[in-house]
Amino acid sequence: MSSQEIPEENLPSKQETEPQHGSVVVPDDNPFADPGLPPHKHRIQDIDEKAARRSERAVAFLFTLSMLATVGFIAAFVTIPADKSIFVWPIGHISGLNFALGLTLGLALFCIGAGAVHWARTLMSDVEVADERHAIEAPAEVKAKVMADFRAGAEESQFGRRKLIRNTMFGALALVPLSGVVLLRDLGPLPEDKLRHTKWAKGKKLVNMNTHEPLRPSDVQVGSLTFAMPEGMSEHDHDFQTQIAKAALMIVRIQPEDIKDKRELEWSHEGVVAYSKICTHVGCPISLYEQQTHHVLCPCHQSTFDLSDGARVIFGPAGHALPQLRIGVNEEGYLEALGDFEEPVGPAFFERG
Amino acid sequence: MSSDNKKKAPAGERVADWADGRLGIYSLAKANMRKIFPDHWSFMLGEICMYSFIIIILTGVYLTLFFHPSMNEVEYHGSYVPMQGQLMSEAFNSTMHISFDVRGGLLIRQIHHWAALIFIAGMFVHMMRVFFTGAFRKPREVNWLFGFLLFVLGMFTGFTGYSLPDDLLSGTGVRFMQGAILSVPVVGTYLSMFLFGGEFPGGDFVARFYSIHILLLPGIMLGLMVAHLILVFYHKHTQFAGPGKSNKNVVGMPLLPVYMAKAGGFFFLVFGVIAAIAAIASINPIWALGPYRPDQVSTGAQPDWYMGFAEGLIRVMPGWEINLWGHTLVLGVFIPLVIFPLMLAAIAVYPFIESWVTGDKREHHILDRPRNAPTRTAFGVAWVTAYMIMLLGGGNDIFATHFHLSLNAITWFVRIFFFVGPVIAFIITKRICLGLQRRDRDKVLHGRESGIIKRLPHGEFIEIHEPLDQGQLHTLTAHEQYKPLEIGPTVDENGVERKVSGSQKLRAKLSKGYYGEDNQIPKPTAEEYKEITSGHGHH
Amino acid sequence: MKKLSARRRHPLAAVVVLLLALAATGGLYAAFAPADKAQADETAQSLAIDEGKKLYAVGCSSCHGTGGQGSSDGPPLTGVGAAAVDFQVGTGRMPLQQQGAQAPKKKVIYTQAQIDQLAAYIASLGAGPSVPTEKQYSPKGADIAKGGELFRTNCAQCHNFTGEGGALTHGKFAPSLEGVSPKHIYEAMQTGPQNMPSFPDTTMPEKEKKEIIAYLDAVNGEKTQSPGGLKLGGLGPVSEGLFGWIFGLGSLIAVAVWVAARTAKAKKS
Repeated sequence: MSSQEIPEENLPSKQETEPQHGSVVVPDDNPFADPGLPPHKHRIQDIDEKAARRSERAVAFLFTLSMLATVGFIAAFVTIPADKSIFVWPIGHISGLNFALGLTLGLALFCIGAGAVHWARTLMSDVEVADERHAIEAPAEVKAKVMADFRAGAEESQFGRRKLIRNTMFGALALVPLSGVVLLRDLGPLPEDKLRHTKWAKGKKLVNMNTHEPLRPSDVQVGSLTFAMPEGMSEHDHDFQTQIAKAALMIVRIQPEDIKDKRELEWSHEGVVAYSKICTHVGCPISLYEQQTHHVLCPCHQSTFDLSDGARVIFGPAGHALPQLRIGVNEEGYLEALGDFEEPVGPAFFERG
Repeated sequence: MSSDNKKKAPAGERVADWADGRLGIYSLAKANMRKIFPDHWSFMLGEICMYSFIIIILTGVYLTLFFHPSMNEVEYHGSYVPMQGQLMSEAFNSTMHISFDVRGGLLIRQIHHWAALIFIAGMFVHMMRVFFTGAFRKPREVNWLFGFLLFVLGMFTGFTGYSLPDDLLSGTGVRFMQGAILSVPVVGTYLSMFLFGGEFPGGDFVARFYSIHILLLPGIMLGLMVAHLILVFYHKHTQFAGPGKSNKNVVGMPLLPVYMAKAGGFFFLVFGVIAAIAAIASINPIWALGPYRPDQVSTGAQPDWYMGFAEGLIRVMPGWEINLWGHTLVLGVFIPLVIFPLMLAAIAVYPFIESWVTGDKREHHILDRPRNAPTRTAFGVAWVTAYMIMLLGGGNDIFATHFHLSLNAITWFVRIFFFVGPVIAFIITKRICLGLQRRDRDKVLHGRESGIIKRLPHGEFIEIHEPLDQGQLHTLTAHEQYKPLEIGPTVDENGVERKVSGSQKLRAKLSKGYYGEDNQIPKPTAEEYKEITSGHGHH
Repeated sequence: MKKLSARRRHPLAAVVVLLLALAATGGLYAAFAPADKAQADETAQSLAIDEGKKLYAVGCSSCHGTGGQGSSDGPPLTGVGAAAVDFQVGTGRMPLQQQGAQAPKKKVIYTQAQIDQLAAYIASLGAGPSVPTEKQYSPKGADIAKGGELFRTNCAQCHNFTGEGGALTHGKFAPSLEGVSPKHIYEAMQTGPQNMPSFPDTTMPEKEKKEIIAYLDAVNGEKTQSPGGLKLGGLGPVSEGLFGWIFGLGSLIAVAVWVAARTAKAKKS
């Protein structure tokens, strides 16, 4: 679909003839004709030397102020300690050094700019000039010459004639980037089943994130919120970040008669339920627990889950319920996991199924 | 040129001669030294972007001298008390060091970050200026694309930079990105494993983002920016219609000295303003945010503003998820991930759609006033509306608390108005444009309403209309008006059906929508004007 | 006035009117924006009853039942403990002014003595957390950095990094913690008011509560430093973005207008 099919008369007519710069063209028949550039009007600085000198002094003042500000910057750098706090109304308690350096630097730079612009605006010539434009497109004869040259070059290379050379060259050029692609292979391991497992396993005690002590059912009261990690993990582990990104656990206690989901009740212990803290949407640590409604909200994208009903999604962009961890109590009376999560925690992915 | 003439040329000239002999600077200067640039504040928006980009590069180089792009865990022992002994990555630790222990480090960090926000905001406004004035038309379509690419790359450079300090806020943002990558069908998990060197967060992403942020993306952007500028020089700047200004000239002041002083001075002004802002207002106070841990989070977790509309898309999307044959399609995340580039592309391809509809192959150097291209203006406003509604969606929790609204209600508002808002905006904008066109027409034919009421001898009150001078008349009538494309009869006089392709029909329809009756107000003709003015009637 | 009316068709008139209208709307909003005013304070003042039960019967029983057993309008109070009463009444959340998404903080209408009497009465209905002593909540000597970590694990998800507050579902919200007394913060953690979960001593011992209070005092107290300058509400990128657009880009555009504007021409004399 080329636009050549547009009839010429659909395009607006060309503008009128070019006006000459500076001259007021006597309007012809057309009242809307371009009168040409208006005559130049003088600024006060153009006719009054006193005013011009005032401008000169203003520009020089600005440049001098800039110099002073730079001196101030250096002085502030040398004299103000980095931890000095000052109170500036209405900003508040702020770093004296940052404030002083920023303002002096800002002033030093701004004054150079303001001086230059004031100079340009008041003292440099403000006569408007017109420059002719030239078509970007090359004239037909230039184009013809280029085409002829190109044909000659192509001919001489024998590119079109020797197909074997051409095809093998394309092949070589197409293949060679593959080396680069292959090199990217070791950027990371294959997914395998890494996203399906966490540190949780049968018999691992639930360790309170705050106290680092294992939790007993009686510690967890109705209406309270507790976070836990599997026993044996420490913040000093080299893979702590990666492991906690999957293992983080959120524990609440709901009166068993308020639990609507049968499996949730089964997997709980006396109303103590443990859910993954990692949102099933894109993996934020979800934990805005409303203890009266048992809703938990994700602070990133507002997915809302009902912890009293199998943590199903009741609002927002998450696609499935939070995984629940099956828990029980060991012989010492501590809460323990009865296995790993049965489904992958965190955001969904293609192989999740 | 022999230098041992009778009189030695001044030193400066001799240096210039030396350079000319090797670089040909005189020919270059001949073409450019007195190049004309038109003066208009909106033509300086691009300069704001260029200068803030330079500021970002300068301050960024300084920051690399102190920043350690490593995720090794260390204990904090710097001078910020509420963080003593905390475990954190070296990236976070070194950012704390820059903020509290390097003199002026905090200032440079804040200049860098403020300049980044302003850079992308500037590009957005610059792009809108170019869009609404039709400056993207031939011969500038390629430069429009360059600019668009700069905008998109700027967003990603910003995002990778925002992630480097490894603080709790940016880490949450990176987690979101990882979740979004996981949602990609078939290859998502592989992409995520390769990008993060294994499972999230792993120990690699800061170093990888670092090289992307300081080398790869800015390198490409610098190249694009130079190309963008070369094209601006080559095409010469556009200008608004006015007396003496035509499609064949450019009116303004010469590069040397006026523009050199103004543009050069403007660099210092931009830098000065941003430095002052960095002195006054805090940005990304990582000490308040704390180091990243995947099991911690704060409410109000937003990306920097330029990613806000993507954040909005992801927040308001319903949680659709399809499980088929043991595989999961995470539409709730993947659809926003697809809409995000499509929405950007919608504005990027617009110039090509418009030129297809008009079929105009001429060069355009005179800018349109937005009102004189109602359909384009309405489309642009509709796009901005969709963008802004999503930006609102991205901050729904902040708006909920600060305007005492329900989070859920805002989310529903955004869900509905993402579709309805642009339509309403389109209709209203078009009406406003047509109204303004009518007003211009009246102004040309009847003069400007002066607000002075006169009582005629027979008691009638009239408002005096001041006639416009010829320059104003010319300015208000200088715009071009297309006629809509007609397909013509599909059956010729012999009853033979002419083949009309679907795309041609679409084009005719669009053309009618652009230029048909009621879609533009015919500008006054000289005849109409003469008829009215010669009558000297008071209407 | 005449001059003004003559200029009403001036090309810049629309801009001036727009600015005036904006200023007026802003002013009107500021003047009429809903303010949390407690209208009940006088009625309460007039109640010179110095005994908890009588206070309860008048101020609380209509919702919570005559014996604290609760009703459809308010939860039962048996076993909530004195700490809950001290928090709810001491921060003005109770008595409730009107049913809503959640009871907001307002002007306190009881004296501390009356609150103590009320608390004693409720505590007598069933055992619950008692009002903490200063020794319990005073943040003196607590590890601030540890408190920061605890805050980010347990509190920041609702109350924001430095306790500026945040949104919950359907109009509920986690309030700002700025200016909240250490005692009330302690009580809130202990009792879990309204939809806030509780953090009892069994999962968050007294020492850790102190650390959290100490951290809050350090990052959101009267003397908190904001080294970089204006805190912009401590809300992160949303307010930073708005500031960058309005004051950053806005002032740069203003500068650009000056740079590109025509210099005043000399008047013909």
